[in-house]
Amino acid sequence: MSATDRISRLLFGFYMVAFFVYLFLPLAVMGAATFNTSRFPTVIPWQGTTLKWFTELWNDRAMWQALWTSVVVAFFVVLVAVPIGTAAALILTSLHERARGFLYAVMVSPLLTPGVVVGISTLVLWRQLEVGGGIFLIVLAQASFIICYVMLMVTARLQRFDRTQEEAALGLGASKLMVFRRIMLPFLKPALIAGAFLAVLQSIENYNTTLFVRGFDTPLTVFIATKVRTGLTPAVNALALIMIAMTIIGAIAFEIARRRQAARAAHA
Amino acid sequence: MAELYKRFGGGLSTILVALVGLWLIGMVLAPNIMMIDYALRPNLPPAQIGGPNDVYSLDNVLYLANEAVHRSIFFKTIWASALVAFVTFVLCYPLAFWLAQHATPGQTALALLALTIPFWINEVLRTLAWYILLAFRGPLNAVLLSIGIIDEPMRWYGNGGVLAGMVYAYILFMLFPIYNAIESLPKEQIEAGRDLGASTWRIHWRIVMPHAKAGIATGCVFTFMLAAGSYVAPALLGAPGSRWFTEIIYNWFFEGGDWNRGAAYALVLLVLCLFVVLVTLKLARVNLTDVAK
Repeated sequence: MSATDRISRLLFGFYMVAFFVYLFLPLAVMGAATFNTSRFPTVIPWQGTTLKWFTELWNDRAMWQALWTSVVVAFFVVLVAVPIGTAAALILTSLHERARGFLYAVMVSPLLTPGVVVGISTLVLWRQLEVGGGIFLIVLAQASFIICYVMLMVTARLQRFDRTQEEAALGLGASKLMVFRRIMLPFLKPALIAGAFLAVLQSIENYNTTLFVRGFDTPLTVFIATKVRTGLTPAVNALALIMIAMTIIGAIAFEIARRRQAARAAHA
Repeated sequence: MAELYKRFGGGLSTILVALVGLWLIGMVLAPNIMMIDYALRPNLPPAQIGGPNDVYSLDNVLYLANEAVHRSIFFKTIWASALVAFVTFVLCYPLAFWLAQHATPGQTALALLALTIPFWINEVLRTLAWYILLAFRGPLNAVLLSIGIIDEPMRWYGNGGVLAGMVYAYILFMLFPIYNAIESLPKEQIEAGRDLGASTWRIHWRIVMPHAKAGIATGCVFTFMLAAGSYVAPALLGAPGSRWFTEIIYNWFFEGGDWNRGAAYALVLLVLCLFVVLVTLKLARVNLTDVAK
């Protein structure tokens, strides 16, 4: 190995370490600060290890209210986004090539729209109808782009659908509705579950869109951001830590389910 | 449309079309049209709405063009978002290349898993992590002080803080498209380049980057758009001197009480983002169909 090779290896190793430190250090610091007695969340100086911030979080009524708001919103977003996203995917895959390209561009356009604009446009439309910000508008605004994610996931699965199954069922005398219920929906089930899961995550984590349509309701992300400005204590870190733990568990479960399904598909 | 009805029958097809119509017309098209309508009308007291003064004009957009502070914040947001995209690209490219070309399958799987974890965590929390790290009495200042790099604590909030937080938040939107694009490059092409005497720099510039152009364009477009439309990073990590265009828009709505002007500003932001997205994709010859993957 030449000297330049060794130097470039060393440099690359240094870069890799720096990259992963950059990626994880902020999260590690935020998590660790939860257990520090210090009133401002930090890790230096370490003033003593404590679990009191979890207790404080547990006793925070506003936090529970925010959590409830987020859960209600996520529930309704799934209720709206999964059927519509599925319908969009079904229509898309039933069309001819040219019409499909155009419709596809229209359908992914909400993903290319800045989040604040999605919120603002929803807000001004509903003011005309004298509906102000709140849970209802949060659901509509979030769903308008979360539908895209569901649509993409269902479309991906539909591309592997074997149309001869439909024809066989029709040939054997099944009605079109029956084919849809007994063949199409069971086939789509994994994608629908994955889509619902993604919708929940996207909904709970959304901030930029929600901020504009929230009215007087305060979902979790808004609650956290407000806390940062009005009085940040490690209780917020405790909340962050719990949310991170839940997200990681969810992500791993999602990943395992996806792999298992991929393995099954490879077998079949 | 005929194929749809043939496939699913009349009743079901009608439901599918109705659902999608509800979405595309009611939740996407109508809100945007109403936003344009708002943007083009003056802000009037309720009594005058529909009256002789309620006419369409470009006044709200022109107001942005003539108001020096807002204009400069607008342009700053554009170039700062481009800077975010560029820094993110520089940061991600070596890793993406290594993952796609050199790593063993085991290393790739492990690295991708490690990378996905912060990606699942939401933007507010990622920003909060930086808020804590960069605080005036926070860990970064404490460490730098103790090892003697600085003599007194630094104020990190401001342009630097916003840049750090945004790059951090959008890193994976850049990494994955580039990784996917480089992965499809046959190793032989790089070897051929090396055998013919090309330097490492030249191999990347002439072989890898042109091959990965679509991925790079996709990553940059997404990062730019997310940065330009972000509210949380500038709100938490910014300083009075580092205001973001989205914060001006927010103020028109919830502090200035002029929704029409706010809508006009939002419209300008939307048009800018769509313009940047479409031009970049056109230049890189990427199809919109490939973007959303």
